[in-house]
Amino acid sequence: MRNSYKYVALSLLLAAAFIFSSCQQSGSNNSGALSSSAAERSFVPPGEHDEFYAFVSGGFSGQLAVYGLPSGRLFKVIPVFSVDAEKAWGFNEETKAMLQTSHGFIPWGDSHHPDISQTKGKLDGRWVFINENNTPRIARISLSTFETDEIIEIPNSAGNHSSSFVTENTEYVVAGTRFSVPIPQRDMSIADYKGNFKGALSFIKVDPKNGHMNIEFQVLMPGFDYDLSHPGRGKSHGWFFFSTYNTEEANTLMEVNASQNDKDFIAAVNWKKAEEYIKAGKFKTMPANYAHNIYDESTHTATTTMKKEVRVLDSSELPGLVYFMPTPKSPHGCDVDPSGEYIVGSGKLAAALTVHSFSKMEKAIADKNFSGEAYGIPILSFDATLAGTVEQPGLGPLHTEFDGKGNAYTTFFISSEVVKWKLGTWEVVDRKPTYYSVGHLMIPGGNSREPYGKYVVAMNKITKDRYLPTGPEVTQSAQLYDISGEKMELILDFPTIGEPHYAAGCPADLIKPNSKKFYRLEDNNHPYATKSESKTKVVREGRDVHIYMTMIRSHFAPDNIEGIKVGDRVYFHVTNLEQDYDVPHGISMIGANTSELLIMPGQTETFVWQPTKVGVWPFYCTDFCSALHQEMQGYVRVSPRNSNIKLSWTLDGE
Amino acid sequence: MKKSQILMIVGSLLLLPLFVLPLWNISLEAPQYPTALGIDIYITKMADHNEGDIQNINILNHYVGMQKLPEKMKEFELFPIVIIVMTILGVIFGFIGNKKLFLTWFVLIGILGCIGMYDFYLWEYDYGHNLNPKAAIKFPGTAYQPPLIGTKEILNFKAHSYPMSGGYIMFIGIFMTLGAYFVARKENSG
Repeated sequence: MRNSYKYVALSLLLAAAFIFSSCQQSGSNNSGALSSSAAERSFVPPGEHDEFYAFVSGGFSGQLAVYGLPSGRLFKVIPVFSVDAEKAWGFNEETKAMLQTSHGFIPWGDSHHPDISQTKGKLDGRWVFINENNTPRIARISLSTFETDEIIEIPNSAGNHSSSFVTENTEYVVAGTRFSVPIPQRDMSIADYKGNFKGALSFIKVDPKNGHMNIEFQVLMPGFDYDLSHPGRGKSHGWFFFSTYNTEEANTLMEVNASQNDKDFIAAVNWKKAEEYIKAGKFKTMPANYAHNIYDESTHTATTTMKKEVRVLDSSELPGLVYFMPTPKSPHGCDVDPSGEYIVGSGKLAAALTVHSFSKMEKAIADKNFSGEAYGIPILSFDATLAGTVEQPGLGPLHTEFDGKGNAYTTFFISSEVVKWKLGTWEVVDRKPTYYSVGHLMIPGGNSREPYGKYVVAMNKITKDRYLPTGPEVTQSAQLYDISGEKMELILDFPTIGEPHYAAGCPADLIKPNSKKFYRLEDNNHPYATKSESKTKVVREGRDVHIYMTMIRSHFAPDNIEGIKVGDRVYFHVTNLEQDYDVPHGISMIGANTSELLIMPGQTETFVWQPTKVGVWPFYCTDFCSALHQEMQGYVRVSPRNSNIKLSWTLDGE
Repeated sequence: MKKSQILMIVGSLLLLPLFVLPLWNISLEAPQYPTALGIDIYITKMADHNEGDIQNINILNHYVGMQKLPEKMKEFELFPIVIIVMTILGVIFGFIGNKKLFLTWFVLIGILGCIGMYDFYLWEYDYGHNLNPKAAIKFPGTAYQPPLIGTKEILNFKAHSYPMSGGYIMFIGIFMTLGAYFVARKENSG
């Protein structure tokens, strides 16, 4: 066995080499005379665009960050599961519904695994999906508006971790539970976990026209932990693979008790078979309660629908639906190569990588080559599905991606490195250190039939001394490697938000042309939209006052409002009349217990202000919009409750 | 039918695309407008070159006190009539086949064209000089008149004023009618 301590020392030496001499680094790689400096290869000159978009999970920030590759520049943080005061996400009246769940309004989420929609196994750049781990949800983000369009809650699930991966025509986005729970939820002793808790794997149908999601069915599984998953593709299209741990079904001190079995499983779920069972009526309809939130691009408003049931297929009763492939030592990553033949199980406590063969699996099923069963689900013989083993590749394998040229790249958390190896021969080709403790890695299109094998991004769990220190909490980071040559080359470190669990990359050309420039005012169907200054007004309905306001360079209409009283609920319905690219306006009101609004051209948004003090209170534009931005302001006169001041509103005295 | 007659008829018919294609374009370029703002001038209207351009030009111009671009102009009622009349006249002259009529038509459209350009200049002058005295931004002595034809720097903008597809087709048509005159002379002498 390789001496791991020696290796760590070597890594540190290499790190020093990187810092002191990048020439030495490129010199040590066999990339030939064409090799240029690392800086040059990640440099995108001012004014030029990156070659790839990278959608990087914001982890415990709950959001999704948009970067360019190879520059590592951050363009936007898309609010998804957490409120964002900058963009009024979860603060304005329009988006509050997006964060509704069966537990009520939740202001935070833990986002994990983004995945881009596919057509015929190739990235199509329409949507990116991402899962929320804590209160199980899946979000769909439009890659035209770069906003979250839809969030669906997942019932019967807890720790929504083996999610949100799409099948090769985006038939389904799949969400698996990490924690098994009583299904349906009930008051019971935790000690009775074994045999009583269940895991649910949810298959969420995606409408090919508008992307709308609907939980088509759930597969009810034994009470293991379902950790990660990936779809079959090509020949294995129709199957979905989930890694499991805690097949011991322990319920306490998991770090020990869930690590006892020599092998856990990769569960192969035949979703085409599941569709047949659904068609044949072999499902149970279970009562449930989960939120389905849709943001309507024409009303700029989200609505919540509570769904009341879900269809469930019981894996222990339906033959041919699920098979278990034994995989050593609590596998984490479960990754399928571009051809769909190889399923890589990264036993995170194992010293070797296990690769299963899809065609061998099919044969083993046909031959009934089983070594046992678990809760009625056949366990295939380990040797019968084994394609090969990558021996001694490193310590603590987690995730694998593919370059489409016959190579796989696996991250090793404990030995802190990315290892390149060959599919079929299972030999290690190259290894490069990461700084430090890498989790996921991403090759654009790495979860599709056609990866763009030019770069790999490694996402680290810790950074320690890698950047300027910022107190006890230091930055999160990713690292970019050029993988166009035989050897990988580290060309860039860049900080990221939250914890970058995973990322999805896509050629910019697939997305850039569809990026929306502004919302057309004539398509604005917001019930409180005001489409011209002449239609602005203020309406009192008891204690509620609705201000129909517009904004355009460089004024609000109206900008003087009188007749508001202490104790009123004042709704500012503000429409940005601009029809130009990159001319948002903001608005904020002194003392309002909410965020600003940041309104894109053609859009209407609403905030509520409940004035508590008599006086004349200003509001202003928060986004430097024009040469006269500083003049973009107005006043609201607030009178005592018993005042007789009549409601009035003006602009320029008119 | 003689070659000159065909030239005359086709030439005058080439005025008709003006009903669907823009005659002229004024565009404004600045660093923060990597896609220039543009107005396409048709014989019946002014239109956005890219969606929202007219509104955006109006917004920018209001800071220096310029008027909004007109939605209605008497020219937009007159121009279509002139174009229809001249086309019909040209076709009739073509059928008659008299070279003097060809030349008359060419001279007539030339005069009308000059009047049109002068009218355009007057409008541009008023548009660039007739400013709101309450304008937020004032540069004493600065006028914002776009060029009649060509390119001119106006504050942070570069203003371009050039014919567009409908205009170019019209010019080709007009010169075909002049060609018709010369061909007709050759045909008669031959």
